[in-house]
Amino acid sequence: MNIIVCIKQVPETTEVKINPETNTLIREGVKSIINPFDAYAIEEGVRLKEKFGAKATVITMGPPQAEAVLREAISLGIDDGILLSDRAFAGSDTWATSYALSAAIKKIGAFDLIVCGKQASDGDTAQVGPGISAHLDIPAVTYVKKIEEINPVRNTKAIIGEDKISNGVKDNFARVERMTEAGYEIIEVSLPALITVVKEINTPRLPSLKGMMRAKQAKIIHWKASDIEVELNFVGLAGSPTQVVKIFTPAPRVGGQMLKGETQEIVDRLVGLLKSDIP
Amino acid sequence: MAIKILLEKCTGCTLCVKACPFDAIRIMDKEGPPAGRQAVIDLNKCNLCGACVPACKFKAILLEKPQVLTGAKPDLKDYKGVWVFAEQKKGKVQPVVYELLGKARELAASLGADVSAVLLGEYLEEEIQELIWRGADKVYVVETRELANFQDEPYTNILVELIKKYKPEIVLCGATSIGRSLISRVAVKLRVGLTADCTGLDIDPERKILLQTRPAFGGNIMATIISPNYRPQMATVRHKVFPETQSDMKRKGKIIRENFDGPFLVSRSKLLDIVDEIESTVNLAEADIIVSGGRGMAGPENFKILEGLAKALGAAVGASRAAVDSDWIPYSHQVGQTGRTVSPKIYIACGISGQIQHLVGMQSSKIIVAINKDPDAPIFKVATYGIVGDLFEIIPALTKKFKEVLKR
Repeated sequence: MNIIVCIKQVPETTEVKINPETNTLIREGVKSIINPFDAYAIEEGVRLKEKFGAKATVITMGPPQAEAVLREAISLGIDDGILLSDRAFAGSDTWATSYALSAAIKKIGAFDLIVCGKQASDGDTAQVGPGISAHLDIPAVTYVKKIEEINPVRNTKAIIGEDKISNGVKDNFARVERMTEAGYEIIEVSLPALITVVKEINTPRLPSLKGMMRAKQAKIIHWKASDIEVELNFVGLAGSPTQVVKIFTPAPRVGGQMLKGETQEIVDRLVGLLKSDIP
Repeated sequence: MAIKILLEKCTGCTLCVKACPFDAIRIMDKEGPPAGRQAVIDLNKCNLCGACVPACKFKAILLEKPQVLTGAKPDLKDYKGVWVFAEQKKGKVQPVVYELLGKARELAASLGADVSAVLLGEYLEEEIQELIWRGADKVYVVETRELANFQDEPYTNILVELIKKYKPEIVLCGATSIGRSLISRVAVKLRVGLTADCTGLDIDPERKILLQTRPAFGGNIMATIISPNYRPQMATVRHKVFPETQSDMKRKGKIIRENFDGPFLVSRSKLLDIVDEIESTVNLAEADIIVSGGRGMAGPENFKILEGLAKALGAAVGASRAAVDSDWIPYSHQVGQTGRTVSPKIYIACGISGQIQHLVGMQSSKIIVAINKDPDAPIFKVATYGIVGDLFEIIPALTKKFKEVLKR
């Protein structure tokens, strides 16, 4: 069984502050971390690896310093790390990013499951995961909160003619729970497939000492655009259908009024203030 | 394609440094004569977003804009009309669709175009009529058993096919768990731009293109995004950003039915069951009011107090990460960076200190009420109305008063 985990290095949002004088973002000295959602993707990849003796590979696209998050993933139990880094990729939007990552995944070779975090905390788009699955033409299930069962074994004796595909699923499959607005859905998906995961799926472990040693020594594989099969027209700023035309800082929300007095007094005032906004 | 500083124009004034959201620009000594200071861009950090270009008063930054791509460029003028993907669950069109229809009407008016809804499912007769009453000039309908519930692949195949056939200029979709999954696949297949979670949509009056504004970095910055060379221009929109349109039973519209079979309906995934677990009838994403509890609730049993207030108000119950991680309430209630992003009319934060991770998930709420015993809690910095006090005293009193006033 082969598992691929896609991750992203992001600035730690908690440290992103606004300069009150210039009303701009202070990014100086802000730490770069693994996207919080990707920690659950890594953990799920490591758990599957441990359960099935699978091989788990982590991949990221980003600048050279993104190598740090790959090493961190290895310290948590992932086998190999691949860094996809090239100036040609700079400015890629979600279309171009998912295209480049899917090309790199094709180069990795056969896989059973791709695991991504639900979204990245800097862009918040949640588009790259499903985008990769579309480029690879594999099924995807988003917002997975639990893998109920996974059977990576291909049944080579599957009877041709008994059309199992049209009603859903082949022999090698995963049954997962997908979070929705009102609860969850139970979905069976044939492998290979891509899932994006939410926080509820697991509790990420801390790196072990042995893991940290291994991560330090691990050889990270570096791929440039020329190492994978991509059309250069489809990556980077020029290959991205969307363009950012303006970036601005929203007016910061300012505190309003404090209600003071005896409890009943406060409650009466608050109810009066809110009444007209209650549908 | 590249970004560069024109040394002869750069004065080292630092305006670009302040404008850069990626901390990619530094001011350094100029290398050669004449001596002076200049900006240097760290290309490993630069995302080519272009925020520095207008910030520079000396026109010293040059960003080569992307050329129109090689390959088949669609004739943009062939694409007309604004489409809304009419997400349905169990045969009911979701409220976010009616929010989008209102915005779609505005956009269509600026373009002199019409508004269409696309509805996929089974047994949808009443919903088709409702979509017309709520603002659709046309409704494209595909009804078959295989589409009764959302499935990534058949829905993608059909939406892609309909878009290729009818060529809309703009396609809007709710930023729901279904919408975000579906439309990402559709955009990849069509090789078009897609902007996620927009909070603002407008038509550029001169170029007649869609200006899509969305928050990034947890709402710390806003970006306006365009996709001028591709059609349709596609965007997802969060719940509760735009008001729902009202039903006008005098409105007339055209119904266009399409049939798909065979390969279009093949799915490699299968929905086995739908489990609704939100006990109250209100879910967070669609709630007009949310009553949310944090560490200050002190234990799982105390969430009953919040449920009482929520019931009186017809509100949903939310929670901070601290409460969820203590197992006081399930994860599906979590608001914040690793939970849901919400923007209700009223958000009542009870015993929530207001860490930045929580704030990014709720600070676009219209009115924020904060109840906390710590007067220095950061939540008060964003609260419309703040109360320093004991929530175990205040919330029951509030519930009682609301019941009286609202007569519920």
